[in-house]
Amino acid sequence: MVVGDVDAEHADRVFHALADATRRDIVAVVLRGEQSVSDLARRYPMSFAAVHKHVGVLERAGLVTKQRRGREQRVRGNADTLREAHRLLDQLEVVWRQRLDRIDAILADPPEAEPNEGASS
Amino acid sequence: MTLTSVDKDPETRTMTLTTQFDAPVARVWQVWGDPRQLERWWGPPTYPATVLDHDLTPGGSVTYLMTGPEGDKHRGWWRVLAADAPHRLEFEDGFADDAGNPNNDLPTTTVRVTLQEQAGGGTRMEIASTFPSLEAMEQLIAMGMEEGLTAAIGQIDQLLAPQGR
Repeated sequence: MVVGDVDAEHADRVFHALADATRRDIVAVVLRGEQSVSDLARRYPMSFAAVHKHVGVLERAGLVTKQRRGREQRVRGNADTLREAHRLLDQLEVVWRQRLDRIDAILADPPEAEPNEGASS
Repeated sequence: MTLTSVDKDPETRTMTLTTQFDAPVARVWQVWGDPRQLERWWGPPTYPATVLDHDLTPGGSVTYLMTGPEGDKHRGWWRVLAADAPHRLEFEDGFADDAGNPNNDLPTTTVRVTLQEQAGGGTRMEIASTFPSLEAMEQLIAMGMEEGLTAAIGQIDQLLAPQGR
């Protein structure tokens, strides 16, 4: 069983980071191509400081990396795709575990509690 | 229900879960085959689902609508690739736009379900879910998988803290 390998704190940071629409959009943008924080700030109706803060949250979650180049801070999607893959598979596992728990609850129902018996095609 | 194994293979971008149910195969199949049962478990409780179309034959489709806590609507679809009731189901799972049309800009996953009779009347169910490419996985990470992220956030601590439940 691989469940014990899930780093709960890290998963928490990833989920928190991706819970915000702007941060999801930032990840999507920088996965397509590197951007400076100033480039990113121009895309959203918020201050440079606010965007910078969002990037910080994403960086701590390991979703983006930030590199100083001259006066610019360049942001890119984390290229460690295998780790990304692991992360997403972990999330998929959570989704399916929840589904299996719900299936289990349905199977535990007494037969009369199933209104549409026989609809299987 | 007993979860007997979880296998995650980044190379093939596949997660495989194997579970054991006390119920017979025909009964377990109903949670897929009966749209009223399917909508009780496909989405999280905070995103009640309504299954609209439900045709589990090869080439057939399933469409559903989920309503979030803030009234937000999320639509999705399955395209059935293979079906052999009550033992096998394979489908492509994708997102749809507000009108219910498949959103082809977003990646899909492929789900393979196998149900097997066990000695003693139980059922072994294997679910294998595959992403088409690493790019697709990255894109899904970036947008936050509809259920995996948006809805599961509240439950994630509790799920990840113990080793399963």
